Amino acid sequence: MRLTSIAATALVALATASTAAHAQDPFIILQSTTSTENSGLFKHILPIFKAKTGIDVRVVAVGTGQALKNGAKGDGDVVLVHTKAAEEKFVADGFGVKRIEVMYNDYVIVGPDSDPAKVAGSKDAVAAMKKIADAKAPFASRGDDSGTHKAELDLWAPAGVDVKAASGDWYRSTGSGMGQTLNTASGMNAYALADRGTWISFKNRGSLKIVVEGDAKLFNQYGVMLVNPAKHPHVKAKEGQAFIDWLVGADGQNAVRSFKIEGEQLFFPNAATGELKKAG
Amino acid sequence: MTDPASIFLLAMGLVTSGNPELYGIIWLSLRVSLTAVAISCLIGLPLGAALAVVTFPGRGAVIAVLNAFMGLPPVVVGLVVYLLLSRSGPFGVLGLLYTPTAMIIAQALLVTPLIAALARQSLADLHLEYDELFRSLRLGATDKIAALIWDGRYSLSTVALAGFGRAIAEVGAVIIVGGNIEHVTRVMTTAIALETSKGDLALALALGLILVGLAVAVNVAVLSLNRAAKRLAYA
Repeated sequence: MRLTSIAATALVALATASTAAHAQDPFIILQSTTSTENSGLFKHILPIFKAKTGIDVRVVAVGTGQALKNGAKGDGDVVLVHTKAAEEKFVADGFGVKRIEVMYNDYVIVGPDSDPAKVAGSKDAVAAMKKIADAKAPFASRGDDSGTHKAELDLWAPAGVDVKAASGDWYRSTGSGMGQTLNTASGMNAYALADRGTWISFKNRGSLKIVVEGDAKLFNQYGVMLVNPAKHPHVKAKEGQAFIDWLVGADGQNAVRSFKIEGEQLFFPNAATGELKKAG
Repeated sequence: MTDPASIFLLAMGLVTSGNPELYGIIWLSLRVSLTAVAISCLIGLPLGAALAVVTFPGRGAVIAVLNAFMGLPPVVVGLVVYLLLSRSGPFGVLGLLYTPTAMIIAQALLVTPLIAALARQSLADLHLEYDELFRSLRLGATDKIAALIWDGRYSLSTVALAGFGRAIAEVGAVIIVGGNIEHVTRVMTTAIALETSKGDLALALALGLILVGLAVAVNVAVLSLNRAAKRLAYA
């Protein structure tokens, strides 16, 4: 009896200690994707926002599907992801307040130097996917209901390829994040669909290189939403909205524009106040 | 870049550079896992001792379940704790998800069965030895439990170390309930997972080496404490 009460006291003390520590700094939780985190974008832009507002942005990086689910449960204040249809559903279902476009980059198809499906240099993503399937060349898929996974499925459908039937054969569904999937592709000399941001900052490329890029179908738009405080009253609407306003305003858009790796710009701001869409 | 020598040099460089970010991650790893193990010991040691001393119908089944729970998958524990602490879950109002406290709770759940099961085994053997003595002293169950824990404290410290090893090495639970948030809930294992996913295998391996070093340091510290305590006791 005494021991359990000691344990209970310890737990309560721990809980209060951690909540007290959090009370010092205003912070919001941003549910976002592995593609933005792995590329290093947040490390670049969030300190600029913090310096301006004093608000700490805590990033939980998961796939788009999981980020939206976590947001719907109220486990986050802001969601920044990249699957337009799923985002619009999130808002329509009342979980998000309003979807605002932030920036874009594009997807690339990467593949081994040996290029067994002979797709290198192509600008037609759907045709390339068809060739990969015809050649039964290994393809590493995210397979995790992420934005990139959905974009990949949107390429297989018009190519008329049933990847479910090929799963385990030449089609390898890794069920993991962008970087992990690229590690897998690099290890088995497979093709993969990747967002350009993660690809540029990815270090374990092995013999992989970009084989297909520049198709309008490879356009990748990011949107931001405040989790609906009407549904989840604990949502930090004021701080969350401050982050969104900053991100789609001139300062945030400039911060996104100035993020470069080896001189290459990774994300292109295109909030309504920013520049117009370029790709497509 | 991933040959053992350069990994070792990279790890050494990281440790000696005094990088505050790395030290923050190391400190949080230790804080979370040591706190979790302390809580697990508070619950698991008396529980294990009680199971060694007290007989009741169904005791065998309880022990079998406890032993099986030594192998609880961290990812499942993480998921359960996530659902409990989620804003939409029963303890959502506490706002504990994505905090070190959530990670401590998950690891404590993971480690308590291990500590209880190992403690029971080790104290059951000791109990056989002490049985006659206990009878002659007509001790009650509570006194027996206290005596067993105290006299078995050296082997129980190894039990605690086994629990610490499981806690500090797991990634499945803390990445779900902690969210791997930089400067807040990023620990050694989740940092390694992140660097691996960035394809920076050399840095990931170097961090892994530091983590192993950390585990060795904690084990050496506990063993030296034991030795010092024994020397005092027999001096």
